[in-house]
Amino acid sequence: MALDTDIDAPELEAPQLEVREGVDRETVETVANMGSYKYGWDTDIEMDYAPKGLSEDIVRLISSKNDEPEWMTEWRLQAYRRWLQLEEPRWAMLNYPEIDYQDQFYYATPKSMAERPKSLEDVDPKLLATYEKLGIPLKEQMLLAGVEGAEEITSGRKVAVDAVFDSVSVGTTFKAELAKAGVIFCSISEAIREHPELVKKYLGTVVPQSDNFFATLNSAVFSDGSFVYIPPNTKCPMELSTYFRINAENTGQFERTLIIADKGSYVSYLEGCTAPKRDIAQLHAAVVEIVLLDDAEVKYSTVQNWYPGDEEGKGGIYNFVTKRADCRGARSKVMWTQVETGSAITWKYPSCLLRGDDSQGEFYSIAIANNMQQADTGTKMVHLGKNTKSRIVSKGISAGKAQNTYRGLVSMHPKATNSRNYTQCDSLLIGSGCGAHTVPYIEVKNNSSRVEHEATTSKVDDDQLFYCRSRGMDEEEAVALVVNGFCREVLQALPMEFAMEAQQLVAISLEGSVG
Amino acid sequence: MLEIKNLHVKLEEEDKVILKGVDLTVEAGKVHAIMGPNGSGKSTLSYVLSGRGGYEVTEGSATLDGAELLDMEPEERAAAGLFLAFQYPVEIPGVGNMTFLRTAVNAQRKARGEPEVSAAEFLKLVRAQAKLLNIDAEMLKRPVNVGFSGGEKKRNEILQMAMLEPRMCILDETDSGLDVDAMRLVADGVNALRDGKRGFLVITHYQRLLDHIKPDVVHIMADGRIVKTGGPELALEVEENGYTDILAEVQ
Repeated sequence: MALDTDIDAPELEAPQLEVREGVDRETVETVANMGSYKYGWDTDIEMDYAPKGLSEDIVRLISSKNDEPEWMTEWRLQAYRRWLQLEEPRWAMLNYPEIDYQDQFYYATPKSMAERPKSLEDVDPKLLATYEKLGIPLKEQMLLAGVEGAEEITSGRKVAVDAVFDSVSVGTTFKAELAKAGVIFCSISEAIREHPELVKKYLGTVVPQSDNFFATLNSAVFSDGSFVYIPPNTKCPMELSTYFRINAENTGQFERTLIIADKGSYVSYLEGCTAPKRDIAQLHAAVVEIVLLDDAEVKYSTVQNWYPGDEEGKGGIYNFVTKRADCRGARSKVMWTQVETGSAITWKYPSCLLRGDDSQGEFYSIAIANNMQQADTGTKMVHLGKNTKSRIVSKGISAGKAQNTYRGLVSMHPKATNSRNYTQCDSLLIGSGCGAHTVPYIEVKNNSSRVEHEATTSKVDDDQLFYCRSRGMDEEEAVALVVNGFCREVLQALPMEFAMEAQQLVAISLEGSVG
Repeated sequence: MLEIKNLHVKLEEEDKVILKGVDLTVEAGKVHAIMGPNGSGKSTLSYVLSGRGGYEVTEGSATLDGAELLDMEPEERAAAGLFLAFQYPVEIPGVGNMTFLRTAVNAQRKARGEPEVSAAEFLKLVRAQAKLLNIDAEMLKRPVNVGFSGGEKKRNEILQMAMLEPRMCILDETDSGLDVDAMRLVADGVNALRDGKRGFLVITHYQRLLDHIKPDVVHIMADGRIVKTGGPELALEVEENGYTDILAEVQ
């Protein structure tokens, strides 16, 4: 395996490589204690649905449900008309049955949300209980999302949460406290109503309405999502997070997130997602846009744990996501970290447009595909400004009959002189029925830039497993330990609490992959 | 304590018989040494006892305190108190040595229904043991065996052994690749564990390790069998005359 040595990329700040103690053990306990997909239950709650299928009327209906101004409705309709002319992309290494876009609900909201709750106290207790059960209490307390036992280590830290349930945001915590710092954190539907000037100025400027088939669909029908604005020279006083939950059947979730980091600001943003076990596949097509002005820094971390389908590949979420950060300002810096363990189909390439001179983009990814899962994921680093730097560390793990593809673009434009990219792309295979693929695209159009690409493929080594087992670990503990070691660099790029959750997920996702 | 009876083993993948009826009993508190020329089956014996794949037991048994080892998974053997110090310890990139150790210790405790050791308590225990073996804090943080020198790897094996507190320790050519100073450290580590209750099976090519770890019984293995058993003087005989005389004598 290729982790013996630290990465040699002196131009970029090296991530901390010291091994974090006390985390692997959690993984190991979790494996012993848990069933395979922990979040597969559903909430029995009365829902309002828009009629099945997609049409201009549905687009108008979603817009009116959100009390949107006319310009927003028009924007959606433009996207919808464009979408009708687009074809679903088929270039990814993904095999799935044709999606019937008319056989889906595009809007589903709990009846109790018809009257918008004024505060968290007014939210339907069933919804609050749902998030409580997911480990994300929608209370303003010092606890983070999705991590049990997190009290021990997060004491003194706060994380604000925006909770999205099917098509609507049910509540956002710590809004008042954030407002004191000038930070706006709310659902995007609220932002459209309350902060139209910001939304109008930035929405669709990173991922245009007609960017690609799925982003265009999202532009037409997105129902909710999160909005963040960090004012100039402000370090966001706490981490922000959004937790997406799909609950309703036959319903797609189309959320849209817009993050604006003004000059000299900083924010760390976390995203988590889960869904119940259903026999029928469900569509998820999200868009995330991040705008970074001069000297701004954004860290965006995702732990994606959508229902992956069963062992035969029945059900699961089809996850088609467009995430892009635009480093518009000089010296701005964005870091994407993703742990992709769920979904039957993953089509996702969080990207960085390095427009500002001296801007930096980083992408750290763990993609795990087990059983019949298929993942085609990677990043695009588009170097447009001078002295721009990017770094890609991708760890793909395949088990069962899964197919896992890394697809990445590194592009150095003529004006992006003296720019650097370093890419490290490692694949780990468990068993003999799975596949790993690496598809790098590299374009360099100037003479002063440098691109480095390293790739390895390895199998979980029997000697390593035997060594662990001879010390008393059972086979699954041993695999979890070895795989967590393989992923170490990426796990360490995550915020601590997320890293623990991610380690547990790594273990759970690989359950049954050995023996 | 460890009782091996008429053990016959062949390779799983091919028709090659390696052990041809090994009989051996290690009593509690005793140190037994196995010596023998290359290819005599010494390392295979240690692998078969600890449950490595690739071998097929065709006949015989091996029990630890009366429990049949050969029916157990490797981790069950470990929990039952068997430990193998590897001749070639395996590297596990990205996994901290300390994490590995604590995971192992707690896995065994859990298997035996004992409470786990807390992080703080564990750290204290490891530091004390590490000091005896001249293992510094840096080495505990580094990924398991990655970039370790030969001596560091062997000392790390003994550290694991000390932390896991096995009933029965097998050392497979622990002296190979060690200089005199490293060998003394390793031997001191092993001797510190000699408490009159543990059994040891020390597999080695050379007498020199046995200068530091004094055996109670020495066995000579050749062609898949124990061909001669004696006291410490047998090791000295090998040192002086090589195996040829002994082998000629038994044939």
